[in-house]
Amino acid sequence: MSAIGARAGASRRATLRQELIGLGGIVERNIYLVKRYILWDLAFMIWTIANTLTIVFIARAVHLSPARENELATKLLVGAVIWAFLGIIFEFVTETVAWERWEGTIEYTFMAPLSRTTHLFGQAAFAVLYGLIRATILFFVVAAFIGIHMPNANFLAAFGLLAIASISFMGIGMMTSVLPLISPEKGAQLGFVAQGMMLAVSGVYYPVSVMPGWMQAIAKVSPATYALRGDRASVVNGAGVAWADVWPLLIIAVVAIPLGLLIFKRGERYAKKHGKLKRSG
Amino acid sequence: MSTLAASASKNASVRHDVPAVEVVDLTKEFRRRDRRAGRFARRRMPALKNVTFTIERGECVAILGQNGSGKSTLVRLLSTLLINDGGEARIFGHDAFRDTRAIRQLVNRVSVEASFFKKMSASENLSYAARFYGMPPSETRHKIPEILTKVGFPADRRREAMENLSRGMQQKVALARALLTSPVLLLLDEPTTGLDPRSKLEVQEFIRDVRAKHDATILLCTHDMAEAEALADRIGLLDRGELLFLEPVEDVKRRYDVETLEQAFFAATGRAFEEEHDEDDEYREVFG
Repeated sequence: MSAIGARAGASRRATLRQELIGLGGIVERNIYLVKRYILWDLAFMIWTIANTLTIVFIARAVHLSPARENELATKLLVGAVIWAFLGIIFEFVTETVAWERWEGTIEYTFMAPLSRTTHLFGQAAFAVLYGLIRATILFFVVAAFIGIHMPNANFLAAFGLLAIASISFMGIGMMTSVLPLISPEKGAQLGFVAQGMMLAVSGVYYPVSVMPGWMQAIAKVSPATYALRGDRASVVNGAGVAWADVWPLLIIAVVAIPLGLLIFKRGERYAKKHGKLKRSG
Repeated sequence: MSTLAASASKNASVRHDVPAVEVVDLTKEFRRRDRRAGRFARRRMPALKNVTFTIERGECVAILGQNGSGKSTLVRLLSTLLINDGGEARIFGHDAFRDTRAIRQLVNRVSVEASFFKKMSASENLSYAARFYGMPPSETRHKIPEILTKVGFPADRRREAMENLSRGMQQKVALARALLTSPVLLLLDEPTTGLDPRSKLEVQEFIRDVRAKHDATILLCTHDMAEAEALADRIGLLDRGELLFLEPVEDVKRRYDVETLEQAFFAATGRAFEEEHDEDDEYREVFG
């Protein structure tokens, strides 16, 4: 290998090392923050449980046979848990900008020699891990409270499919995280609009087939559609991870992640051009 | 060897044959809503107008200016937080708007607000910030206590949440954060504004110490004339986005045949230093 080639290789390794340490820094910071706000998180968890109960109790009110009631409750529970899981991901990733602007640290983060890809990926990866933990707790607490029986459930498959879907969710989260850069006041709330719209077309509490044709067409490009369908099949019927659910998720992920990064970088450029990274000081 | 010098010497992106900072015709403007011209009308507000200057390696240069004069805009442009509308800026030969990764390795900044995650401690804030610059836990474990001691931060308060610390303490942590990453160009944007006299003197003493012991170039933006005169080799005056001069303080006084910088400001602009404050300044303060 030539001297120039060896130097380039060493430089690439040094950059990769720096990026990995930076990625660890994002996770480290979020762990500190979760520790510091743990009581608030517990309070929010109680709200999420209460909210999920209001949905799952609907199954009790429709007067079905015990077996059908149990199945409906399980399907509603899966929908509510995925709603909560997506909420956490969107909240965390959108907060990439919003929280840092509120604390005043955004300029220090954006002037650090860390690639935006690593920055966003670190934030999204932590959001997925944290969301999975919370979603799991939520699922079992509500299931125990209502008394749902899941004798055939294949939790491993359900968890695995949710993890695969999370890659697409991360990409979509990256797209929405640009919103506070464009609108510092209202951008963060728009992330929740995206979350609600995605779940509305994905059959969060109902089958996709009950929606109008145009909504069913949109459902085909929503990763939540496949996550909900696959997870319901795993939890209710004990189905394994179906390739029919996996390949659309992988295709959506391959498109969503680069698109999310591209949109964020465009938004960052816009903010730097118009002085919107930070509004005071 | 000091942290700063060690890092500077091993950092291949620091070129020795070029000035630390080269700014040529740098221009930045913001657009603001102009209600008088219509509901959706915007007008252009110049924040920097064709600013040109050079800072040599190891120099400390102060840019004086009132609120809204464009000082913070200049610092943000040099730290890759804004994109220029015209002209160019080079830091150790690297284009500040294209070669941003190299620039970010070389530059750090202390601004008027300390800007931290308030619920996290000084050590935690420094720790994660250092990771962004590629410093692993094995390195920060000893460097963070070392640098906090150096800035005079009490050891028993390292684990206390930032929100419980005084403004002066927070500003010391901000200085520690900037130095921890071993910048070869330190951008100080009103670092002592709002501090009590004792904290102000401590921070100024620390800046002198950084200059004396480390291989760092310093650009200090301030509206404190005494501070600029005490710390800088050369002083520039930024007025409504225009750099009126940048030279040693004695040359400034000689040029305008005056005894103080306040008088020089008056001679250069026809206005007293602290009296101006118009609608456009308010806008520039918000966005600049």
